[in-house]
Amino acid sequence: MNFRNLEQLASLSTEKGLTIGRLMLEEQSLESGRTPEEEFATMAEYYRIMKEAVERGLTEDTTSRSGLTGRDAQRVMAFGEGQELNLGQAAGEAMAYALAVSEINASMGRIIATPTAGSAGIIPGVFVSIQKRFGFDDEHMVYGLFAAGAIGYVIANNSFVSGAEGGCQAEVGSAIGMAAGALTELRGGTPAQAVHAVGLGLKNTLGLICDPVGGLVEIPCIVRNGFGAVTALAAADMALAGVRSVIPSDEVIQVMLEVGSSMPEKHRETAGGGLAQTPTGKAIMSSLRKK
Amino acid sequence: MRFKDVFSIIGPAMVGPSSSHTAGAARIGRFARQLLGPQPDRAEVLFYGSFAATYQGHGTDVAIIGGLLDWQTDDPRIPNALQEAEARGIVVTFDEGKGLFSHPNTAKLILSLGEGEARAELVMIGTSIGGGNIEITEIDGFSVRLSGVYPTVIVRHQDWTGVVASITDVMRRSGRNIAHMSVDRKARSGDALTVLELDSLLTADMIDEITRLDNVDTVRTVDLAAVGLSSREIRLY
Repeated sequence: MNFRNLEQLASLSTEKGLTIGRLMLEEQSLESGRTPEEEFATMAEYYRIMKEAVERGLTEDTTSRSGLTGRDAQRVMAFGEGQELNLGQAAGEAMAYALAVSEINASMGRIIATPTAGSAGIIPGVFVSIQKRFGFDDEHMVYGLFAAGAIGYVIANNSFVSGAEGGCQAEVGSAIGMAAGALTELRGGTPAQAVHAVGLGLKNTLGLICDPVGGLVEIPCIVRNGFGAVTALAAADMALAGVRSVIPSDEVIQVMLEVGSSMPEKHRETAGGGLAQTPTGKAIMSSLRKK
Repeated sequence: MRFKDVFSIIGPAMVGPSSSHTAGAARIGRFARQLLGPQPDRAEVLFYGSFAATYQGHGTDVAIIGGLLDWQTDDPRIPNALQEAEARGIVVTFDEGKGLFSHPNTAKLILSLGEGEARAELVMIGTSIGGGNIEITEIDGFSVRLSGVYPTVIVRHQDWTGVVASITDVMRRSGRNIAHMSVDRKARSGDALTVLELDSLLTADMIDEITRLDNVDTVRTVDLAAVGLSSREIRLY
């Protein structure tokens, strides 16, 4: 890839007169040796699977293998049919779709890791709801996924994207940054604005620990995906309105690395601290062991 | 750069719930199955570290067995892999392994088939390093370091001068570029294992040619990108 940070990504896109998504497709094809058509087709298939996961999460029984979670997306959708959601219907749908995909993940359904399985709800939640709302075609959305992938590529190679390494900020935080930047571009923002959206989104999750109850990708992972989709919408709106990340997004990524590296092991996916070690968290863990 | 391309960020397609504990486990299982070749009669799975602590909740058990059935990470049958293995006559056991490995998400597989003289066994250790990526660290007591990202060739041979050169000569003549390779031996002039990760697949003829080289015992190939078990030649150790 011909870029190593977000600043280079934005300036390369601007220089070539391409969106981040179109630039990333070019770069990906160069890297893999496969044609842009082949790479586009793979991503299009991934988007189809994301939409399928949203649909299944809204209609099927999503009770997880542990029995701890399930059907929260359906609760939000049903509630929203009876009255106005506090978030408004549009943001509420993004949240519900994100919950739906995360619940499909927890119940061993098929998802696309974006960037991980634990954070797989955020990008589909934002993308599928936005497509429905603004009537974008699939091609536009698939380029958006390449843009999200370009942003994630920079974050992953300069910091981290797994909870075991850098806490939840690295998983859910990265997914929010990716979704926010891609959404900014999907709505017509410039590459520079998209990069600001990444920094704005990331700043809101810095320091978030990974503390899954019983070590499972359920509590609090699923609701954090719901919150993450809403945060991504907010970050994109700020960036499109001209709000800037005064601390450049590349520097924010370095902060994520610094914070994650100094995070104690008990707050990095080991279930040794945080919500996992509350009295209720411990009780749940011991009842799971007995099963 | 630890992450090479866009699909290491957006992807893989997988059944949940965890890219490390589910998708990675499925890939470890599938690597072992392709290495063994035929369906095993018995599969003994030992989990270590975080795999041992949470394998049931993450579906690590069904994922690794799904892999043993040569299923991909997004195969919708994975949740039912244990029943399917039983229906196919594979005896499966899970246990918590003793001892420590450098990475918390490690599994050891002991696969066997046949009885007496015809008995074949494979012992393989694999680690799930995050995001569905894996590292195979040991095959039948030989140290290796394999990612499963590339078409992989595993050659069991005797430790004699020139064996490695004759293997790589086949690669050169057939236009196959080697991305990574390593050699390990049990003792001087004893059993040895050479593993190669290639940029493209070998044909059956090339595999046959390596198999017929002096001091070469067996040749195996693994291709985790393959859609199903290929018709490649399968010879038991």
